Amino acid sequence: MFPTPIQKASPLTQKAYVILLPIALVLWLLPLIGVAITSVRPASDLAAGNYFGVPSGFAGVDNYTAVFRDSPIGLYILNSFKVTIPTVIGSVALASLMGFALSVYKFRGNLIVFFMFVAGNFIPFQILMVPVRDFTLKAGLYDTTLGLVLFHIAFQTGFCTLFMRNFIRGLPFSLIEAARVEGVSEWKIFVHVVLPLMRPAIAALSVLVFTFVWNDYFWATVLVQGSHAMPVTAGLYSLNGQWVAAWHLVSAGAIVAALPPVAMFFLMQRHFIAGLTLGATKG
Amino acid sequence: MTATAARAPGFWRRNQQRLTPWLFMAPGLLMFAIYVLIPIFESIAISFYDWDGLGEKVFIGLSNYVELMDDDTFYVALKNNVLWLVLYLLAIPAGLAVALFLNQTVTGIRLYKSLFFFPFVISQVVVGLIFTWFYAPDFGLFSALLKSLTGQEIAILADERYVTYGIILAGLWPQTAYCMILYLTGLNNINPEQVEAARMDGAKGLKLLWYVILPQLAPATFIALVVTVIGSLRSFDLVSIMTSGGPYGSSQVLSYFMYEQALSEYGFRMGYGAAIAVVLFLIMMVFISVFIVRMLSQERNA
Repeated sequence: MFPTPIQKASPLTQKAYVILLPIALVLWLLPLIGVAITSVRPASDLAAGNYFGVPSGFAGVDNYTAVFRDSPIGLYILNSFKVTIPTVIGSVALASLMGFALSVYKFRGNLIVFFMFVAGNFIPFQILMVPVRDFTLKAGLYDTTLGLVLFHIAFQTGFCTLFMRNFIRGLPFSLIEAARVEGVSEWKIFVHVVLPLMRPAIAALSVLVFTFVWNDYFWATVLVQGSHAMPVTAGLYSLNGQWVAAWHLVSAGAIVAALPPVAMFFLMQRHFIAGLTLGATKG
Repeated sequence: MTATAARAPGFWRRNQQRLTPWLFMAPGLLMFAIYVLIPIFESIAISFYDWDGLGEKVFIGLSNYVELMDDDTFYVALKNNVLWLVLYLLAIPAGLAVALFLNQTVTGIRLYKSLFFFPFVISQVVVGLIFTWFYAPDFGLFSALLKSLTGQEIAILADERYVTYGIILAGLWPQTAYCMILYLTGLNNINPEQVEAARMDGAKGLKLLWYVILPQLAPATFIALVVTVIGSLRSFDLVSIMTSGGPYGSSQVLSYFMYEQALSEYGFRMGYGAAIAVVLFLIMMVFISVFIVRMLSQERNA
């Protein structure tokens, strides 16, 4: 283990480490903590210039109620779910098929297709912006959640394919061969042999895609205009313009918008990290 | 598939092995072609036109690029992109440092690791808002800190000298968390025998880190490098949220400049925007190619 386990150090160092940990954490999360405290501050505090001090009272309930009552943030959140959930299902499904094909079959063009998808992950969104917006307009999907969903599915499939292909490659190939000898069709091999083994990969990708798509801001501004289809990231930005200097409301809105991916992360932490660090350990 | 089989059993049987992977890939390839592959070529084509997004496209050859070469904002954006790229790389050593600090087994360490990772999970919009508040003159926590240290009040996001650094710092926050988690996983998978053997030989501290640990962390470093370089050039959200490229375009980057030209109140200049996008695309393709070549050679060795 590196660095040397702290248990081998002197008792003084051990004590120092245990004290240092929470201090480092508070410093690291200072901006976030500031926002969290602001979100429960009474508006009068801000007017009186009490920005960092102990809040003069707890206005959390008031502030959060005000955010939901006076702004369409509830609708924005609903829209985010309408975009995120179908995207997760669609991209994971398509990537499972892609990953299966790329890992199980040897065919000409295999590596080209694979690396095309990998490269697709890294390109700047701006090179896609004008044509994708134009296509979405012409298809009548501009300003709808479906328009966002279709784009996100296509784009996220790239990342998911990379993950799925490498995951399926790690599975024992003899299982597939045994099924083939039995005369099982390729489709049934996929559904009954490989798919059940892919559960951990599907879980990891689902959390990751959920977070990526939930947090997307660029496409939310490019493909959506009205609040009826606007996801919470773009919605929060427009609210920020309306709530000038009402930092207690902006903060509460920001916390609300950040909550779903944070909850997802804490619930599915192991899968989340497994997905994110894929490849960080190989070699 | 069954439909195909029913129509032409002989053909299907003969070519099943060859066709199967393509049938599996068909939906994914179709979506990828419509939304990623074809748009790249369309963007390149549009960059040779004058187009407002609605009316007729007018072919103007290289005029968009010629205009770009004369556009001061383009050079500001380019310079800032370089700044982003270089400073963003700090996330890698910073992430390693945090990972080394946290790679212990004391009570509650798992929770600490999760909480340190927090900034990466929240949206960049939220990060941008948080830091805007953090930097705000008069009441921002950072401004207050700066004032007590230097006695001067600096409005970071309104000052042409500091604005880009301020935004990059906000970006480094989640990026460092990302690199940290990559390194924590890497450290978890280090070969303990090699470390022990090196310790027997008297290696320790920085020397041990440099000669024994870092080589084993190479895969993590590679991925950290890829995501950091790509992330730095993709920087859009923070610039949009925190400054919209201002003051006076001083925090402009190519990705935001492109968006502003193509889709903002200044008018819909799709052709000009596409030209900026092509330049950004070409810059990123240099890095993408290097990464792909390296991944390809790993693939061949595997």
